[in-house]
Amino acid sequence: MADENTDATAAQPAPDDTAAQINVAGSSPEIVADDTTDDLKIVMGEFEGPLDLLLHLIRQEQVSIYDIPVARIADEYLRYLKAMQDMDIAVAGDFLVMAATLIELKTKMLLPRDPFAAPDEEEDPRRDLVDQLLEYQKYKAAAQMLWSRATVERAVFKRAEIETDKNNPEVAVGLFDLLKVFQDILARHKEEVQLEIEREEITMAEMLERLRNMVLSAGELNLRVFFERARSRRELVVAFLSVLELVRTTEVRLIQRETFGDIIAQVASA
Amino acid sequence: MTEETLNSNEEAVDEAALNEEASRELEEMVAAESAATEEADTGDTGAYTIQNDAERIAVIESLIFVSEEPLSAKTIADVLKEDREVVQKNLQELQTEFNGRNGGLQLREVAGGWQFATRPEYHEHVRAFLKSRPSAKLSIASLETLAVIAYKQPVTVPEILEIRGVQSPSSIKTLLDKKLIVAKGRKDTVGRPMMYGTSKEFLMQFGLKDLTELPSVEDFQDLAGGS
Repeated sequence: MADENTDATAAQPAPDDTAAQINVAGSSPEIVADDTTDDLKIVMGEFEGPLDLLLHLIRQEQVSIYDIPVARIADEYLRYLKAMQDMDIAVAGDFLVMAATLIELKTKMLLPRDPFAAPDEEEDPRRDLVDQLLEYQKYKAAAQMLWSRATVERAVFKRAEIETDKNNPEVAVGLFDLLKVFQDILARHKEEVQLEIEREEITMAEMLERLRNMVLSAGELNLRVFFERARSRRELVVAFLSVLELVRTTEVRLIQRETFGDIIAQVASA
Repeated sequence: MTEETLNSNEEAVDEAALNEEASRELEEMVAAESAATEEADTGDTGAYTIQNDAERIAVIESLIFVSEEPLSAKTIADVLKEDREVVQKNLQELQTEFNGRNGGLQLREVAGGWQFATRPEYHEHVRAFLKSRPSAKLSIASLETLAVIAYKQPVTVPEILEIRGVQSPSSIKTLLDKKLIVAKGRKDTVGRPMMYGTSKEFLMQFGLKDLTELPSVEDFQDLAGGS
């Protein structure tokens, strides 16, 4: 309930605040402390574009949008741009285009009307601008509606992630799974009668290099294949340790695509 | 990440070894069991048949809970092999019952699906617990652009800029980056400009069931005209 209340106030159009802060006619910018940061900021009213500024001026001068006193509004508009320039604020091109439009309208309004034209035939030169303002005004109001909706929505939380959300294979491999593969291979080695003609010892550094190369060259490596290459129990132990080492240094990561499936070493950055 | 996994498992090795033993034992039992029932197997999928509405509602509730995304009535109907109308009716019943509890959670329809979510009233406490800050708000410029796209879709960049009376398309890029809008193909006109529309993410972030839930833009005219 409390939220609905805050939301109701929050849903009020932001320009009302702006209107209280800025006085374009007096063109005296205020310097105020920003509550959220320690910075001082100059409040000029933040306008999203020339149409926004025009709507603000029309409201401030309390004139009808359907019968805009172009000369007066154009002067106010130009005064505002001048104030911005005096403060070294870069005036966006959009604002200048609108200034030109307003001046053009002002001159058109000054021209005497064609005395022979029927009153209803005559097109009001302000017509396009008024249509544009009315159209923009609708979407500005819609934007405020979206703003309040988003505010409520930000206060709504969905449940935290659970294990079924992401089928993340990475988490499936633990040390135990690794040991199991190792033991399987070890057991197979025991069964096989190996005829060892010469004993070639491989160092840890060499094994690390071999593993690195094998993983890097293919992008990934089935650990079963890697372990099976080992020709002695000692080599197998070194191979196992080298896997642990590369995982520790995060050069490779281990994934298991399915439960009880083969464990694959992947380049960690991939 | 991997290191952590390894460490935490190191402590659990004994437990894991025991589990391994247990699972081997169970596997044997399962194997024996399935061998015994092999002849009796009629090819039934083995899915448990739902007896009545109350039970179906309970099942639907659990499905919505485990679904990461809002769960559509169609998906539920497909999973349960049930008529969409029945599921739809059950969903309404579930919602009435669940929300009637006035608890900390609500069952709501968003982005074409159903979802459990907290009630906004308690956001301060939830946020304190999660230690989360409110996510960054969209600028007014972005919201205006989004409003134009939401109501005028599919709409091209020049059309959007025309309504807003500005020349910079930067807020459109922002919305695209935030995945609130998506490209909807090219307009069959000079230059074939890209058309944009709102995304599912838009519906989610603004808590909308679908686009029809947006108030009519003509209503805003009265609203704006009155001020």
